[in-house]
Amino acid sequence: MASIDRLLQFVVSEVFLFYVFALAAVASALGVILQRNPIHSAFSLIVTLCSLSAIYGLLGSPFIAVLQIIVYAGAIMVLFLFVLMLLNVRREEPSGGRAAGAAAIVLALVLAAQLCTALAGAGTAPAAGFDASTPSFARVLFGARFVYVFEATSILIVAALVGAVLVAKKEL
Amino acid sequence: MLLKIVVMTHILLGLFSLMTLVERRVLAFMQFRLGPNRVGPFGLFQPIADGIKLFFKEEVMPAAANTWAFFAAPMVAVTAAFMAIATVPYGPPFTLPFTTIQVTPQIADLDVGLLFIFAVTSLGVYSVVLAGWSANSKYSLLGGLRSSAQMFSYELALGMSFVGVIMLAGSFRISDIVAAQGGSVLRWFVVRQPLAAIVYFIAAAAEVSRTPFDLPEGETELVAGYHTEYSSMKFALMQMAEYINMITVAVLTTNLFLGGWNPGLPFLPVGGLWGVAYFAAKVLFVLFVFIWLRGTLPRLRYDQLMHFGWKALIPLAALNVLVTAAVIALWER
Repeated sequence: MASIDRLLQFVVSEVFLFYVFALAAVASALGVILQRNPIHSAFSLIVTLCSLSAIYGLLGSPFIAVLQIIVYAGAIMVLFLFVLMLLNVRREEPSGGRAAGAAAIVLALVLAAQLCTALAGAGTAPAAGFDASTPSFARVLFGARFVYVFEATSILIVAALVGAVLVAKKEL
Repeated sequence: MLLKIVVMTHILLGLFSLMTLVERRVLAFMQFRLGPNRVGPFGLFQPIADGIKLFFKEEVMPAAANTWAFFAAPMVAVTAAFMAIATVPYGPPFTLPFTTIQVTPQIADLDVGLLFIFAVTSLGVYSVVLAGWSANSKYSLLGGLRSSAQMFSYELALGMSFVGVIMLAGSFRISDIVAAQGGSVLRWFVVRQPLAAIVYFIAAAAEVSRTPFDLPEGETELVAGYHTEYSSMKFALMQMAEYINMITVAVLTTNLFLGGWNPGLPFLPVGGLWGVAYFAAKVLFVLFVFIWLRGTLPRLRYDQLMHFGWKALIPLAALNVLVTAAVIALWER
């Protein structure tokens, strides 16, 4: 009984869950680029987004976790899949020659170097008073520092929406 | 905790199987028929018979189907359905009769409860997409496309409709929203937010594809929509997810608009098991309304459905948000 208890405690411990979701995120991210069928790639991306959301939740911010799912996994990816299914995209064949491959490797190395420097520069875990709950998140977002940026983003999105309607209107 | 999950799952599964029977019996009553009444008293054992029948049916899978997606679709459907219902409260905390054990009838009380449910139900769309696409059959694909477009469109109206409620309650936490409706029946959000309640109920009916929004399953044109190619237990799982989603919507409607476990009349006893009883009565009433609608209304045409969602429900929901915000800004502050 005691060993079962310990096993249960381990299974719901933060460290274990973090590694589970981190592994899922990396594996599915590899799936996104390694699969030939675009629909399979799209589904892998959904798994990646959900795993990231779980990691946000583990970091103590359920609000960000839920937003990640609503916005990316719930809305944007549905549209992606919709287009893929409607256009009936076939299997992707490898394209581009040697030069394209070489360029890709160089670009990937540059990106990797950048990521490494960024990670090396980043600090470790946040200080003890760190609070990522919904109210504190709201206070930061709607505080004096970010409120104008936030409103500007909203206006930008509304403008994009109006533009999309205008473009679509010609076809109606 | 674990025990609570087990108990809740079984109550839900019981309610699901009961609903399949009640739905058929009530529909039959409305249409001057008898309905299934052969198995057990009043046909009460019909769900069990159905379950056994589905277990022993042959499992058929289309030869051209995409195997993993075909298997994943019912799993995604059921997982999303159960995850959504894990965060709603089913009543106030009460003591078990004849003991001193305190029970809170809720599995997880999240800070962002309402948003979580919204997020998880939006993941439920993928089961439809997967099912429709993986079977490699034209009826499934058409049904899946229709269904996902419908769910996607009405999700917007659904999300907008409860913004007013959140503003008035000042919290995403469902137990806080219920607490904000305590006292008289006039405090219920169905009275204070009538437009939101109407938009919510219509959008929710569309979200769970109930008549008059059951186009995904328009059997006259699409055989059975996205689950055309499913048979045996996979079909049962799809069906189960649909009913569980319907129960989730009923529970949410009760919590958000019908005062949750508040009786609404000042002379009635409050709290404890009474609360659970009021809550159950309200949920059953909403479920009955769903069946009632199915017995009454014809199905919408697909273009009408889309026009209604985008051009009527979403503007109305947005209007409700604006008016509520204005009222709060002018009077309550």
